[in-house]
Amino acid sequence: MANRKLRIMVAKPGLDGHDRGARVLARCFRDAGYETIYTGCHQTPEQIAAAAIQEDIDCVGLSCMSGAHKYLFPECVRQIRALGGDDIQIIGGGIIPKGDYQLLYDAGLKGIFTPGITLDDIVKWINENIVPNVKE
Amino acid sequence: MEITKKVRGGDVRAASRLIRNLEDRIPLAKDSIKHIFPHTGKAHVIGFTGSPGAGKSTMIDCLVAELRKRNKTVGVLLVDPTSPFTGGAILGDRIRMQRHATDPGVFVRSLATRGALGGLAKAVGDAIHVMDAMGKDFVIVETVGTGQQEVDIINHAHTVVVVLVPGMGDEIQAIKAGILEIADIFVINKADREGAGKLYRELVYMLSMVDKFPGGWKPPIIRAENIFAMDSFQRSLDEMTNTIDQHYQNLIEKGLLGDRIRRKAVLELNEALLSAILDPILTKLVESGEMKEMTDKLLKKETDPYTLAEGVASKYLVMPDV
Repeated sequence: MANRKLRIMVAKPGLDGHDRGARVLARCFRDAGYETIYTGCHQTPEQIAAAAIQEDIDCVGLSCMSGAHKYLFPECVRQIRALGGDDIQIIGGGIIPKGDYQLLYDAGLKGIFTPGITLDDIVKWINENIVPNVKE
Repeated sequence: MEITKKVRGGDVRAASRLIRNLEDRIPLAKDSIKHIFPHTGKAHVIGFTGSPGAGKSTMIDCLVAELRKRNKTVGVLLVDPTSPFTGGAILGDRIRMQRHATDPGVFVRSLATRGALGGLAKAVGDAIHVMDAMGKDFVIVETVGTGQQEVDIINHAHTVVVVLVPGMGDEIQAIKAGILEIADIFVINKADREGAGKLYRELVYMLSMVDKFPGGWKPPIIRAENIFAMDSFQRSLDEMTNTIDQHYQNLIEKGLLGDRIRRKAVLELNEALLSAILDPILTKLVESGEMKEMTDKLLKKETDPYTLAEGVASKYLVMPDV
């Protein structure tokens, strides 16, 4: 009896130790019924990409509070694609000015979530927009 | 088959997807295992078990580093619990070993228990086969944080390492059946903490009551002190790595490796039989609505589960005359 489960990863790239939000999200994803991998702080884009491939992740959620998202998020996307993760969706959140949204969407991010959004809204968005990679 | 070739060639993406399909019980994945199975049996499978917070993940991280120094390739399977309420899981063991993420000689994969009670996930057996077929020299399996009874790891590992920490209880805890009986090697972690000497003496006492160890292997007790004291910790690590190797050599020399492999084979055959016989019947019962009818009858106390099960068996199973 087949039973597809969403596998999601919460990752914090770069020099940023503010992981309360990431931990709250990981817990929230568990409660939403996803299998959630948390990689901890201070990850390089290369580490995040390798982990996403090894864990067969459907969606990577990047968190950044340091202001380096304009470099780190696109670099994560690039590294994940370079390792063959074409069907992995990437979303991001943290302290991100509105003016940077377009740059991040253009880089391949599917969603951006900033302070003020509720956990319910995030889960609803994921349920509507992310499907498990069912292909063989 | 394409995927089999990729897995044997060491393709991480293909292997991880295959493990995913095995976890999700996709019928195609079973066919892949059929093709992979003949190419397994080369890796040394090491199990790590022990209570939550004992340091299993950290010890594995250090062992992986040590094995890489010796030019061995490693697959790691990390099992964490699934929530019984939501079906979700937080798989957090990986945090301890992210330094190996970009090393092509290391493949780390997390699995959720999905309701399995023995300390492992149901797909672990097949996931070991996948990593084995990829050509990994070692496959390390970490169980969930265990109590006393989660001993399924002995069905899969050639060498079982039980990680203990001081301050968990008195000597009565040490002679209980279960988790302490399955150890091939004991590691007392955080051995600079109070109570480590007592724990060591309790283990020695417990082992002194055993008359005969299979293959003459008396489980060694390794003490690992403060991980930040690099020199002494490195000595413990060397000792652990060498002891794991010696244990495997001992299994081979004493002809005991076959017993361990046979144990896994029996288990796998049992599970495959159960699923081959039960799955089609369950599907049929659910689709035809019989499952719901029977459950309703049970709730009204019109009948009992045993009578119903016998009814189903006589309806769907053709038994040969004995």
